[in-house]
Amino acid sequence: MLLIHCPYCEEERSELEFRAAGDAHIARPENIASISDEEFQEYFFLRDNPKGLIFERWRHIAGCGRFFNAARDTVSDRFLTTYKAGEPKPSLPIAAMTDETVVETYEATEGRAE
Amino acid sequence: MADLATRTLPLRGFHGGSATVRLTLATPASRLSLRAKPDAVDALSTALGLSLPTRPKASVTSGTRHALWLGPDEWLVIDETEADLPSLAASAGVLHSATDISHRNTAILVEGSGAAAAINAGCPQDLSLKTFPVGACSRTVFGKAEIVLYRTGDTAFRVECWRSFAPYVSGLLAAGAQDAGH
Repeated sequence: MLLIHCPYCEEERSELEFRAAGDAHIARPENIASISDEEFQEYFFLRDNPKGLIFERWRHIAGCGRFFNAARDTVSDRFLTTYKAGEPKPSLPIAAMTDETVVETYEATEGRAE
Repeated sequence: MADLATRTLPLRGFHGGSATVRLTLATPASRLSLRAKPDAVDALSTALGLSLPTRPKASVTSGTRHALWLGPDEWLVIDETEADLPSLAASAGVLHSATDISHRNTAILVEGSGAAAAINAGCPQDLSLKTFPVGACSRTVFGKAEIVLYRTGDTAFRVECWRSFAPYVSGLLAAGAQDAGH
């Protein structure tokens, strides 16, 4: 079971109390009526699916109910940090990322078996 | 002559427990889902007659009235004497949202040396006295249902759940109590 640190409850809680809510730091266009269909598509539908570091919104839905942001490693599922909504992206040292060689996930194994 | 509706508690007739856990239904209470910005907390505290807690998992009790911190701007206020809480909150005269949820929720009291173990049958929180001391409260999950957990004593908890989840929550609590009884 993953333990996720809620920045509002100020402690680690079980993943069962949380719900993922997509990518973080997506800025809504200033004047959404004036942008082209392609720009709207880019803003509204298209998301990166990076291998490694990702910034996401999470919600402590069965707890304090707050949305907050988290930096997570998509390979190891490890949460690098969490911070309150509205705060800027934290700068993370590359060393904080998990060394891929120690990850024992099916995806990692598959990636190496070229 | 008008026919009067008979009030029936959601779990009327419920019984459960084991050698180490006693499960009883809480008496009807009035409950308030209160939401307010920080600048309204003082006025609401005065109107409700207790000081609304502002720290995570904290609660405040004044007589038969309890205020439980659920989130940075959200509280669950419980009055065991069924006081008219919405009117009290309205008398504060500050911007807030107060919803009467007296009949939405029902509560089960879990007491005894196996109480924490019975609740941990479906709840992932650390219920040791160090991290969940007497007076601590939290909205959390119990199996597949959402509950509000409130520690009223070293081995006593109040489990608040929605009345539609009450059969599920009470059933799982009874099963947890059986397991904790060994």
